[in-house]
Amino acid sequence: MNVKILKLLEKNARMEIADIATVTSLSEDEVRREISEMEKSGIIRGYKGVIDWEKVDSSSVSAIIELKVTPTAGLGFEEVAERIAKYPAVESVSLMSGACDLTVVVTGKTFQEVSLFVAKELALIDSVTSTATQFIMRRYKEFGVELINNEEDGRGTISL
Amino acid sequence: MIDYSKILAKTVVEIKPSGIRKFFDIANTMEDVISLGVGEPDFRTPWQIRSAGIRSLERGQTRYTSNRGLDALRQEISKYVERKYSVSYSPKSDILITVGGSEAIDAAIRAITNPGDEIIIPEPSYVCYEPMTRLAGGVPVIINTQAENEFKLTKEELLSAITDKTKALILPYPCNPTGAIMDECDLSAIAEVLRERDILVISDEIYAELTFGSKHVSIASIPGMRERTVMINGFSKTFSMTGWRLGYACGPAEIMKEITKIHQFAIMCAPTTSQYAATEALRACDEEVEKMKEEYDARRKIIVKGFCDIGLECREPKGAFYAFPSIKSTGMTSEEFCEKLLYAKKVALVPGTAFGESGEGFVRASYCYSVEHIKTALTRIAEFLRQI
Repeated sequence: MNVKILKLLEKNARMEIADIATVTSLSEDEVRREISEMEKSGIIRGYKGVIDWEKVDSSSVSAIIELKVTPTAGLGFEEVAERIAKYPAVESVSLMSGACDLTVVVTGKTFQEVSLFVAKELALIDSVTSTATQFIMRRYKEFGVELINNEEDGRGTISL
Repeated sequence: MIDYSKILAKTVVEIKPSGIRKFFDIANTMEDVISLGVGEPDFRTPWQIRSAGIRSLERGQTRYTSNRGLDALRQEISKYVERKYSVSYSPKSDILITVGGSEAIDAAIRAITNPGDEIIIPEPSYVCYEPMTRLAGGVPVIINTQAENEFKLTKEELLSAITDKTKALILPYPCNPTGAIMDECDLSAIAEVLRERDILVISDEIYAELTFGSKHVSIASIPGMRERTVMINGFSKTFSMTGWRLGYACGPAEIMKEITKIHQFAIMCAPTTSQYAATEALRACDEEVEKMKEEYDARRKIIVKGFCDIGLECREPKGAFYAFPSIKSTGMTSEEFCEKLLYAKKVALVPGTAFGESGEGFVRASYCYSVEHIKTALTRIAEFLRQI
């Protein structure tokens, strides 16, 4: 396991192997091997692009749903969480401290589609006792990447 | 009609304007220019520091501080310098907080220079030392450091520049633009000469925290040197606080008294908000600095390898955030190379000659940019090299 490589990939999953090698002072083969091992062992679970869908002309709506769940004997929240995670529309599932038990992020094409998913799929799961849906109106920052364009700061020419 | 050429101060008029300025004025009129020219961190000032500044504004702490600067800040500086560089300075009498390292250098030169005094300046180095020396009535004596010596200042070079008029040496390490550092050995060698010939040192250590693979050593920590050294440092580069304009000078009380006089009349005090913010920086931001340094190190490795891969000899810089590759293999002068590169491929590099004659045949590329930005620039430079 190589934490330095992990940090580089987390910042930029498309960083070239040659550059990772230069920065970590390893050979390209060593870098490939390390990455492959970490992928196999599940430390690296995937590589995703950070897209600002608002700039794209396609409709996409996301919502954060707070679920209250009755845990099942012996399995706690695991069973429900794992079941919810299987839905393609579900982007993330997290077990929470505090008032709600699970937070689920769902993405769909329209408000209606997402609402129907909550009402017809999530709410009907046996152990789910209540749902509270909040729609995401606008994303400003995602995975550490700012999505807003900074204004010109009017600094003028800096020489030196 | 006023004839301004007759009324302005001769010394000032005779100082050549910075060569870099005209270059960037041109670059700024062009579109799609990839610059590796600016010598300023691209990181935002760490949030804790900004927050401390904002809090001080909210509390209405917007009035003058004492000339020397906030007590609390001078105490933190004293602790910091002791901890990092093993030199002791009393917060009360040995430390002055200035408007950037720039003001500290200027005031220090003015405090020690009598008309006609010679001030030794190793080059290639930052462009302010020569003009400041002239403005103070001093005579700059340039030493052309050599690539073969990794642009360090050697004992022999120093000896050959000393005359009976020599008052001080300006020691800019880690160095802009060469990225050179002087280790304990290098410093001890010149310290011997400086003590023997009774020469003062103005040590510009603004890049002290940006050293790679070794810890910065201040010449003030070498035996016998504290009493003759003004150590200058600041917050711009270490903490990404360039716009806050804050630096400091440390030295023997008698010298600091005179430097403070100049500061008192010309400046009053350094910006108050910046002083509050900087106090927090020294107290709590070691980790942030480490993170930025790691990022610089990654970019440093990439840019050096990048230049070597495209056929431009580039030694590994051990400090600051500049690479100084040689363009001698192209047969062009530094200025020619940079100008042609700018017009042909819209990449802005700074000609080495902007930093002194000994910079001829070199160009300065700063790595205060993202890896992607640096790689794009290198790709275009490679294309340019293939075309010529």
